Amino acid sequence: MNRRRFVLLPFGALVAGGAARGAPGARGAADVAYPAVVPGRALRFPDDEGSHPDFRIEWWYATGWLFDAARQPLGFQITFFRNRPVDTGGNPSRFAPAQLLVAHAAISDPQHGRLRHDQQLARGGFGLAGAAERMTDVHIGNWSLRAGGDALNARMAGREFSLDLALRRTQPPLLHGDDGYSRKGPGAGSASYYYTLPHLAVAGSVVAGGRTSSVTGTAWLDHEWSTAPMEPLATGWDWIGINLDDGGALMAFRMRGAGDGALWSSATLRGADGRSRTFAPEQVTWTPVRHWRSARTGATYPVGWRVAIGELLLELEPLMDDQEMDARASTGTVYWEGAVTARVRDRVVGRGYLELTGYWRPFRL
Amino acid sequence: MAALALAGYRNLAQRALTAGAWQENRGRLLLSVAGVALGVALGVAVHLINGSAITEFSLAARTLSGDADLVVRGPLEGFDETVYPRLAQLPGVDVASPALEFDVRLPGRRALHLIAVDAFRALRIQPALFGSEFRQLPALLESDAVVLSRAAADDLGLREGDALVAQVGTQTVALRVIAVLAAETAAQRVAYADIATAQWRLQRLGLLDRIDIRVAPDADTGEIAARIAALLPPGVQVSDTDAQSRQAEGMTRAYRVNLNMLALVALFTGSFLVFATQALTILRRRREIAILRVLGVTRGGVLRVLLAESLLLGAAGSALGVALGSGLAWLALTRLGGDLGAGYFSGMTVHLHQDPVALALYFALGIAAALAGCVVPAWQAAASAPAPALKAGDTSDTAAGARPPWPGLALLAAAVPLALLPPIRDLPLGGYGAVAALLAGALWLAPAVVEWLLGHLPSPRDAVALIAFQQLRGANSQLGISIAAIVVSFSLMAAMLIMIGSFRGSLEAWLEDILPADAYVRAGGAGQTGFLDAAALRGIATLPSVARTAAVRIQEIRMQPGQAPITLLVRDIDPADPRALPRLQPGAVKPRGELPPVWISEAAADLYGWRVGNEIGVALGGAAVRFAVAGIWRDYTRQNGTLLIDRARYVAATGDTRVNDVWVWLAPGGSVATLAAELRQVLGGAGLVDVRDAASIRRVSLALFDRTFAVTYLLEAVAVLIGLFGISVGFSSQVLARRAEFGMLRHVGVTRRQIAALLGIEGLLAGATGIAYGLVTGGAISLILIHVVNRQSFHWSMDLHVPALALAAVSAVLILAATATAMASGRQAMSGQPIAAVKEDW
Repeated sequence: MNRRRFVLLPFGALVAGGAARGAPGARGAADVAYPAVVPGRALRFPDDEGSHPDFRIEWWYATGWLFDAARQPLGFQITFFRNRPVDTGGNPSRFAPAQLLVAHAAISDPQHGRLRHDQQLARGGFGLAGAAERMTDVHIGNWSLRAGGDALNARMAGREFSLDLALRRTQPPLLHGDDGYSRKGPGAGSASYYYTLPHLAVAGSVVAGGRTSSVTGTAWLDHEWSTAPMEPLATGWDWIGINLDDGGALMAFRMRGAGDGALWSSATLRGADGRSRTFAPEQVTWTPVRHWRSARTGATYPVGWRVAIGELLLELEPLMDDQEMDARASTGTVYWEGAVTARVRDRVVGRGYLELTGYWRPFRL
Repeated sequence: MAALALAGYRNLAQRALTAGAWQENRGRLLLSVAGVALGVALGVAVHLINGSAITEFSLAARTLSGDADLVVRGPLEGFDETVYPRLAQLPGVDVASPALEFDVRLPGRRALHLIAVDAFRALRIQPALFGSEFRQLPALLESDAVVLSRAAADDLGLREGDALVAQVGTQTVALRVIAVLAAETAAQRVAYADIATAQWRLQRLGLLDRIDIRVAPDADTGEIAARIAALLPPGVQVSDTDAQSRQAEGMTRAYRVNLNMLALVALFTGSFLVFATQALTILRRRREIAILRVLGVTRGGVLRVLLAESLLLGAAGSALGVALGSGLAWLALTRLGGDLGAGYFSGMTVHLHQDPVALALYFALGIAAALAGCVVPAWQAAASAPAPALKAGDTSDTAAGARPPWPGLALLAAAVPLALLPPIRDLPLGGYGAVAALLAGALWLAPAVVEWLLGHLPSPRDAVALIAFQQLRGANSQLGISIAAIVVSFSLMAAMLIMIGSFRGSLEAWLEDILPADAYVRAGGAGQTGFLDAAALRGIATLPSVARTAAVRIQEIRMQPGQAPITLLVRDIDPADPRALPRLQPGAVKPRGELPPVWISEAAADLYGWRVGNEIGVALGGAAVRFAVAGIWRDYTRQNGTLLIDRARYVAATGDTRVNDVWVWLAPGGSVATLAAELRQVLGGAGLVDVRDAASIRRVSLALFDRTFAVTYLLEAVAVLIGLFGISVGFSSQVLARRAEFGMLRHVGVTRRQIAALLGIEGLLAGATGIAYGLVTGGAISLILIHVVNRQSFHWSMDLHVPALALAAVSAVLILAATATAMASGRQAMSGQPIAAVKEDW
């Protein structure tokens, strides 16, 4: 048997828990009393940086740009998902599947030409995997994201690459939507609590392709928890998180329905002065300007964009075209997630990450 | 030109020689082929059945362990789960996958094997665990979910969404079938569940049965195993993943080798049949062979023709045997299971796995046996001078003439040290050697002994009988074949009869010993989810039908890494009551000091080298507890050894108050039926416990014994046939040789009836002396089988029980059959013209 063969798991379904609803015997998620995401709940720090185990799903999503000693750019992404899949019925077993943890990591190296990625999946417990409350401390085996001092330490060791990065806070949290209450569609039911730590100063090392590189850079950490993070009609979304060179930060997303029409859009822009504005759906427009087709999966992605947020008109170009995440063998999904440069009238104004889902097949969280 | 023509003629002549002989001897040739076929078939069947069972066992073991490198296992009731995170975090451990694996008791149904895992870890080691189409992982996490294999679902008549009612203790719990796996994913009757579900619903909280370990690609497996071993509590051991299959193989090896020995005996008799047939046909074709030699066919040519004949015989027999054996294996697997009912693989569905290499080997072995049987007569035929052979009536030198007795005596003497050898690689090779030496020695000495025996019988007055006596006293070589055939077949048969009789007799006595109570209440076998707790025990003790009870706990624990687990029998023992203990070997002593006593089975003594008075450490409740061996007892049920300890000690060490069985002595007026009714009442359900009386357990045990040995009875019947065949061949050769004699007797007025009587008496005498001699030889062989082969193979002793009646009956039948066969073989002597027969001589 191939030792290298990795987990053959439909874990995309697991992350959502209820995704298997309708399948015979699946009834767990419907029975679990998950708390609702409601407006008006003030986010408190640092407590809300920790886990919210009662909610169905939660993630800590770090993305960013790194540069080695030769100033060669490298995109990275490391994510921890926490999922409360079923009602354990009060099972006293220490193995009771109260929480599942999934971790994902990828690096975009233009010299390699495509993503290197890896993943972990485990049930919480026994100190082998878990997400702590009241502070950022989430881990699966030797993959971890832990707060320590003014930094978050992200570590992972995969088969093709390893990351060991310290992400130092330089700015206060950026709250999205209505003071952290972020709606995902026209229905009030689909929403999440959502904040970002932008402009994290990164220092650490990357091991890939048999080389260890010391790197520095700038990162972005999203933390979001929810019970229903997706509008039932949505088939995918486009998302950006950009650290602007002037110290500002921009987050924008749109949920797409059938026919790729926008179901919902939202954006948050914090200026260099520290004041942030949120934008209503009609103030955000996404216009694709360049497409790339994956020979691997046949999917076509709009990798070049013009995004209008209020008066700001941003042009997005990827670090490299092939930043497709082909996770059919593990999660059963394919999406595009990669480093992008943001320009205003041909002038670089910031760097960040672009996520494109639902272009291969309708995406279900 | 002439040479070529001659060569062509020679070829033709050779073919004519062969074809003629085959037509004349069709019956005997067919029997020879059948003999070879039988030996090959038996060997093939034993090999295929066991090979298939082992393959299936390994496949089932691999279903879970996948590409794991190491596996951690403990006692049957599991070990503390806290060891798991420590192993999982050990550097060099890539994946540690915890699992529970046990039999779930289903009320009124055969128990169901359950494997409970943390799928997120198990699937990293074994991606194919649930098959590629499985999409129900989220549902599997629900706290009452189970997945069934196709075989389990079909057997239980359950479908997706149905409830699976499991027994835990004496309660039931309903689990929900969320999916049925595709038939090709899991061949066995098995259920899967999440580990948390199994721990909670089936009352194994805090326990694990195994942890499968995959070692990191750059780590050294041996080194990691050593580091793991250092972390494990007593009684929990790490081994490589093949250890289990190896243990299964080791466990069945003695059984397998013994059956293979029977196959070898069958092949040997096949070889003997070929020898007898060829000896006879060569005798008949002496003149034809001599003519061929005169015509210029070389000795080598004659030898080649005769050997080619045997090759054909062997090939035909082998082909038939391979086909027959495969069919037999298939039949046995579908009807009896992978262990022929011996219980090694109970509960497992075994499919026939073909093994072309082994089949080819057995095919070759059959041919070799046929060739071996032919070599001596063919060599003699080729070597004999053609001129005397052309003379009518010459029938000299087919088998060896007079021979010195010392090789026979040396062989007999060699049997003694061979029988005293210890087992080699757990096999009684010395014992087999002793049997072979004894048999060979007895055969060598057979003519001399028979001659001596007949010499000491008084001569009869009747003229015909006197001729028969004189004929036998001058015992020629053809008669030697008859007597040898009887000695071989009867001694083996007698040995088997005595051995099986002894085993059965000992088993009956043992069953009396081991079942002292009136009734036996079982809530679940070893390791099953059914058990009686302290409250249920108290409830049973106070039932009106019950006078007295003794509780029994059955555990399996591990003594040494890589070795099969040993059974721990825990019982309420009253040390003052000698009947509380099974039959002990003499030499039991009061243990020294304050150590609690343990009574060990003979297998435990043999396998671990323990003696009375030894101190041994037994892992109880995660700690090693010292015991002193107080006695060695006989256990006919568990080949891997059994330890018997007092229940009070066990409960004190482990806190485990659950029991599997309760022995019940009935109160006056109580019966098994009233007890069963009261139990239903107090437990609140039917089918939760089995209630059996001692007599029915004895009956079932003996029936199982008889079924297991059914195959040997068949072999005995075959042995008898072979013996009779030998007599037939011997007498036919004789009659051929004595045609002139019979012609002369007819000439002087002896009637056909009298000649038939003459042959009959000869057959009777040959049969009786052969059987007497065979009985002595067989008795000696049976002692080796009982005290060496069985003891070393299965690690249990038995007392000698001679089935005198059966032996006498078989002897009488054989003597009668020998007489009849001799007369029938002689019939052709009476069919020809006496004048012509006498004339042939001149």
